[in-house]
Amino acid sequence: MSDPVIVCDRLCVELGGTSVLLGVSLSVYEGDFIAVLGPNGGGKTTLLKTILGLVKPTSGTVTVFGEPPGHATGRIGYVPQSMFFDREFPISAWDVVLMGRLSRKKLMQRYNSADRRKVAEALEITGLSDLGSRRIGALSGGELQRVLIARALAADPDLLLLDEPTASVDPEMKTTIYDLLDRLRERHTIMLVTHDTGTIGRHVSRIACLNCSLDMHEKGSTLGRKALDSLYRYPVDIVEHIDSHGGSTGEHHDHA
Amino acid sequence: MAAQLVNITTMPDILHFEFMRNALLAAILSSVACGIIGTYVVVRKIGFISGGIAHTAFGGIGLGYYLGVNPLLGIIPFSLAAALGIGLLTRKAKIAEDTAIGAFWAAGMAIGVILIGLTPGYAPNLFSYLFGNILTVPLSDLALILILDLMIAVMVWLFSKEFLAISFDEEYARISGLKTVRLDMLMLCLIALTVVIMVRVVGIVMVIALLTIPAAVARNFSRTLHGMMGLSILFSVAFSIAGLWLSWVFDVASGATIILVASIVFLATALVKARRISLSR
Repeated sequence: MSDPVIVCDRLCVELGGTSVLLGVSLSVYEGDFIAVLGPNGGGKTTLLKTILGLVKPTSGTVTVFGEPPGHATGRIGYVPQSMFFDREFPISAWDVVLMGRLSRKKLMQRYNSADRRKVAEALEITGLSDLGSRRIGALSGGELQRVLIARALAADPDLLLLDEPTASVDPEMKTTIYDLLDRLRERHTIMLVTHDTGTIGRHVSRIACLNCSLDMHEKGSTLGRKALDSLYRYPVDIVEHIDSHGGSTGEHHDHA
Repeated sequence: MAAQLVNITTMPDILHFEFMRNALLAAILSSVACGIIGTYVVVRKIGFISGGIAHTAFGGIGLGYYLGVNPLLGIIPFSLAAALGIGLLTRKAKIAEDTAIGAFWAAGMAIGVILIGLTPGYAPNLFSYLFGNILTVPLSDLALILILDLMIAVMVWLFSKEFLAISFDEEYARISGLKTVRLDMLMLCLIALTVVIMVRVVGIVMVIALLTIPAAVARNFSRTLHGMMGLSILFSVAFSIAGLWLSWVFDVASGATIILVASIVFLATALVKARRISLSR
């Protein structure tokens, strides 16, 4: 098996006195496409932020590319939730994507033609070549989401971390974004968090369920009904986890 | 229309007076700083911090009177201390921003009042530091304003990509390896220097208006941050010169007139914007 890209070992995080993550252990390997599912407030975003080094763990450890969080700058492409952005900000899609090159530049160093080439590539991959000059306020939710993915790609990362990439887009655009991720998984390790249980199972290689604590759903594993009941305290959609790349049907998760 | 009229008829007469030439120079030089820095203040929504820094600077005016030096020089340490104090307290000690601003704001004013009270005699020109008097800017202050202008422009040119990043998406900037707290402090210090520049024109009480209104109006017409800066400078120059001219014509306070001109234009554009939004719904 290839080297783990992310290793979380008995990770606990408290925010403002409440436990958000309780003993989360998780390994993400090179070439993985892992989805972390869970209810709102289940700690999905906190898990991403801990991996990015924005949140310090209370106990337990995280390593990214074998180093503590915050040391692998430039190898990680982060795609935050698009709904938190100030759409009135006077900035073009192109300049947002150019910001993806920040991790590759020194302080006060100016962007050059190589950076601009990367931006053009990233816009091309995400299907936004025609929208580069558009102000972000004039983009649709799905277009802004793809701009943020393009920004992450512009850094030439090995690992992509996505926070709810389909939360603020219409159903058609969801398919476009999942198709894009399907293409990106060939060159990138991908971890995304979402509460979109509908179609995700068809695309990813592994699913983790997070509600403070974490359950890993490996291919072929089955989880007891009791464990699932304690993870989700309310009925959720059925998550069909089909390994489309192997052609065979994986396990069938029945989240009652 | 009005501006053309000014150019053709009235301005040349006015320009015969040296103090008027200095006033025009002060208007243009201060507009450069407040257009550039005001743009960051508006897009980052930190107008209230800027107001806090400006009012804390009153302590510096008191210090200037007490020590018998140029009050503008007294403002520099006070506004820088306010910028760093408010910035670090809210980020490192997790104190609510409005609380930190309020504390510095009032403490600065209090120090100013006490120091002026301790100064023998009365404080000449105190009113002009509070509400500005662009007609009494001496050449030495113009030189100081020019130096501060250059410092601000050079810093913003050097750190333009970093400042854009922390303004648009501070979290992403941090993930990208930027020392965001230090950059933030640097930007607050540049706001502090802008306050020093603006005191001569509109006074510490009204700095916040000229720091925010030109940029807020410019944002409606700008596609990039640099475009917004350029346009803010132009608006600021226009407000200052129009205010200066009106104050001359009607013989009223220049600083207050500049602010009123800016406020009226701001209200007009806000109303147009509100109408456009309600029509598009």
